[in-house]
Amino acid sequence: MIDRRLLTNIDWVLLGLVTTVCLLGILNIYSATTPYKVIGTAYYLKQFYWMLVGMMISLIVCSLDYHILEDLSYWFYGLLLFLLVGVLLFGRRSMGATRWLNLGLFNIQPSELMKLVIILTFARFFNNFQAVGGLTVRDVLIPLSLLVLPAALIMKQPDLGTATLVILIAFSMVMYVGLRWSTIVTFVCITIPMGWVGWTSLLRPYQKNRVLDFLNPERARLGSGYHIIQSKIAVGSGGITGKGFVKGTQSQLRFLPEQHTDFAFSVFAEEWGFIGCIILIGIYLSLILWGLNIARRCNDRFGGLLAVGVTAMLFWHIVINMGMVIGLFPVVGVPLPFFSYGGTSMITSMVGIGLLQNISMRRFMF
Amino acid sequence: MKERRFVRELLESKQRILVLSFVVGIMFLFLIIRLWHLQILNAVDYNTMSENNRLRFVPVAASRGAIMDRKGKVLVSNRPSFSLAVVPQEVVDKEALLTLLSNLLGLDRAEMAERWEKNKNRAKYYPIVLASNITRDHVEIIEENRLRLPGIEIEMKPVREYSSKQLAAHLLGYIGEVSEKELNLKGFEEYNPGDYVGKNGIERALEMELHGGDGGRQLEVDARGRVLRTISETYPSVGNSVVLTIDADIQKQAERAFGEQAGAAVVMDVNNGEILAFVSNPGFDPSLFSGKLPADVWQGYLDDARHPLENKALSGQYPPGSTFKIITALSGFQNNISNETTSINCSGSYDLGTSTFKCWNKRGHGTTNLRKSLRESCDVFYYQLGEKLGVDKIAATAQAFKLGTPLGVELLNERSGLIPTTEWKMKRFGKRWYHGESLPVAIGQGAVLLTPIQLASMTATLANEGTIYRPHLVKRIVDTDGKTLKETKKDVIGMVSLSKESFRFVKQGLLAVVNESGGTGSMARLYDVKVAGKTGTSQVVKLRDSRKSTPYQYRDHALFVAFAPFENPEVAVAVVVEHGEHGGAAAAPIAGRILRAYFDEKKPPRKESTYSSGEIDEDEINDNNEGTISKESGKNEDSVNDR
Repeated sequence: MIDRRLLTNIDWVLLGLVTTVCLLGILNIYSATTPYKVIGTAYYLKQFYWMLVGMMISLIVCSLDYHILEDLSYWFYGLLLFLLVGVLLFGRRSMGATRWLNLGLFNIQPSELMKLVIILTFARFFNNFQAVGGLTVRDVLIPLSLLVLPAALIMKQPDLGTATLVILIAFSMVMYVGLRWSTIVTFVCITIPMGWVGWTSLLRPYQKNRVLDFLNPERARLGSGYHIIQSKIAVGSGGITGKGFVKGTQSQLRFLPEQHTDFAFSVFAEEWGFIGCIILIGIYLSLILWGLNIARRCNDRFGGLLAVGVTAMLFWHIVINMGMVIGLFPVVGVPLPFFSYGGTSMITSMVGIGLLQNISMRRFMF
Repeated sequence: MKERRFVRELLESKQRILVLSFVVGIMFLFLIIRLWHLQILNAVDYNTMSENNRLRFVPVAASRGAIMDRKGKVLVSNRPSFSLAVVPQEVVDKEALLTLLSNLLGLDRAEMAERWEKNKNRAKYYPIVLASNITRDHVEIIEENRLRLPGIEIEMKPVREYSSKQLAAHLLGYIGEVSEKELNLKGFEEYNPGDYVGKNGIERALEMELHGGDGGRQLEVDARGRVLRTISETYPSVGNSVVLTIDADIQKQAERAFGEQAGAAVVMDVNNGEILAFVSNPGFDPSLFSGKLPADVWQGYLDDARHPLENKALSGQYPPGSTFKIITALSGFQNNISNETTSINCSGSYDLGTSTFKCWNKRGHGTTNLRKSLRESCDVFYYQLGEKLGVDKIAATAQAFKLGTPLGVELLNERSGLIPTTEWKMKRFGKRWYHGESLPVAIGQGAVLLTPIQLASMTATLANEGTIYRPHLVKRIVDTDGKTLKETKKDVIGMVSLSKESFRFVKQGLLAVVNESGGTGSMARLYDVKVAGKTGTSQVVKLRDSRKSTPYQYRDHALFVAFAPFENPEVAVAVVVEHGEHGGAAAAPIAGRILRAYFDEKKPPRKESTYSSGEIDEDEINDNNEGTISKESGKNEDSVNDR
């Protein structure tokens, strides 16, 4: 299935960076779940299995030439819209939101897949769209409607985090294609009043609370503001060198919420300190820059757009999650790629890595 | 032209990659600056905050549901228990405090120090229990000396109280700290180490009902650990209570009837499978198990040859001996091999091939028909019947009675007993069945094993002429307000297809056992109610005659099964006296006393009336549901109906 010449072109930098983050993540999950009562397989082991599964999927993704995806992208888009509507109608409810769809054999989370499909859709659209000197307002109308439909459906579930991410990914790709200044000004003028309407009518009370809590954590010490305070205490008390592996008091005494998933980074920051954080952030930065480098080296437009989209997806996950943990952003359920515990996030991210690998390996073919 | 535009576009986008990289760099820089701010500039502040994290969560254990008998008498409930705890961060001088405590209260200083040491790695605001189950006197002394004891707290939590001491100890079970193994079981997801769970008996089997939901309080405390305010609170939900089918009075009389003897008894309502008494003797004190069990008591239990900790009624499996002749006799009817007129001559032994099978009566019973064979428990009659039937036909009848399988009582680890067949022997030992082996099976020896529950069920099925009800111990589940949440309905788990006549002939035989001269079970006779029963004496080991000097553990088991009243059966009893030697002498009197207790209980003033128990139960359900006991009126109505 894989051309042997391609194998020699494997992007070892990409593979190395991703594996390193995964292993650090597993180590961290081991520590974060020590105070938990574990039933069945330990979390860190499960995460290890997810990593292996993710890598297998990644291998499958990079074995197919990504140009096939260009033809399929609108089909995927249509299917995903269909599934998103399905979620709203027949979805499985858990924890106040309906995100999962039962497909008989397994459950899927269409909103998670939408992150990847929006990349494909936008890559396909802009590949055939010449915009010398930047996109005009009229040029943006079609991609905007392609975005609004799924974003609104995800917002309705409600899943603010994923909806924001889908929008940010699309936005990043548009920035890569280029906008005219006039377009930017127009959108700023439209977005601000729209934002106000969104705040007053679209956001759920708990979502508003999160934003308000973020702006003023003292507002409710035990509501979602509690998470931010406890997380900041964890990160801050780590100091320069950290408290040591499995020695973080905040995590081991379970002051942290969801400390193996969304708040995994605060456990890491507490136990490994500033130095550890710099190393982790350094690895992530290298990964993002390397992703952009893959886009730059790619000599066809579709591949470049795809690489930028995937990199943007990883980038926004990293920035939003870390920003949330250290109190820069409100609490939204966005995991840290390859680092937070969870199979869904691992697989989505690994599919993205498979695409990047795919593009990187085939850069000499054009 | 188009080509050139494309190339230009490509070059432009490559430039934009550099811009994007720059933006990415800036964003990451923000993250790093923020981390610098938190972890380097403000590290000291955050570190102090993490050290005295002022928010703490105090779990509040749910109060466990009560266990009651069928009449609402509380058998197990909760009482408050006090324990002495210390909050380390408030203590000034640890050594002085420990010395003072041991002087004031007379508690072991070394033990308290050890507990403290064990928990020293926990957060300093977290109370460490130094002594549990302290007395009210201790509590008072501590309150008086409060000022001299900074950091000392008294914690109150509910503990199990067994109102009737050792009554039905095996049945009720006890609670203990949840084990690692249990935490991994399904249904225990919500449990945390240190929680108390049912370990045994009803406490274990109905854990999910009794446990309730734990609550908790989110507290803000000051730097000394004192509570400033409660930030949020979830209230624990009290566990549901369990109403048993057991009648505490019958249970008590039944346990008393055993005296010092080891054994088991099961008393069952023949018309619905409700178990009225469930005895395993000797008992133990379940309240000892929820605390720290004194070593000598534990050793005493272990050394006792009568195995007090074993639930003999649930997991004891005994050769049924002659009580099994009921099954063999019915099998004869079922297979048209014998009938009520079949008669043999008993000479005291029976020869098959080169083997000689002895009757318990060496002088022989002479001419013996079915009735006499049951009355005098003639073995030769059943040897001949067993020879004609063969083991598989006897087993088929036994299996129709659901013997050899667990009957589905609520308690965990119910045993299945054993009904041997030719197939079983082939599977188990890889050997074929010899015909001669069927003869001991016919008299309930050989490999046959039954549990006391099965013996009672078998008797009940005989009494009601063919219906097998699932034996059960739980009548209903009620919430704290007494509202019924679940009610156990009678559950028919099988029917024995035999003619009413064949049941009646065997029952006639059983009536003769107790009430005719020469009957082996005369010691179970009651003066006012017709009792029918069957004795059994089952060999533990094959022995020569001189029984007098037999060591305890090799003596025969004594069994007796009975039902009453004969005409309109209400209740079935199975009694096993371990190493009691003679069914008629050791087990029958116990069964008699149990039946006495049952009928005294059912109708204290009018002993002559007989009515069906189904009606009574319904009345009782209504009584209890309404919370008022209008038993007298219920009885009167019934009596009127009977006349």
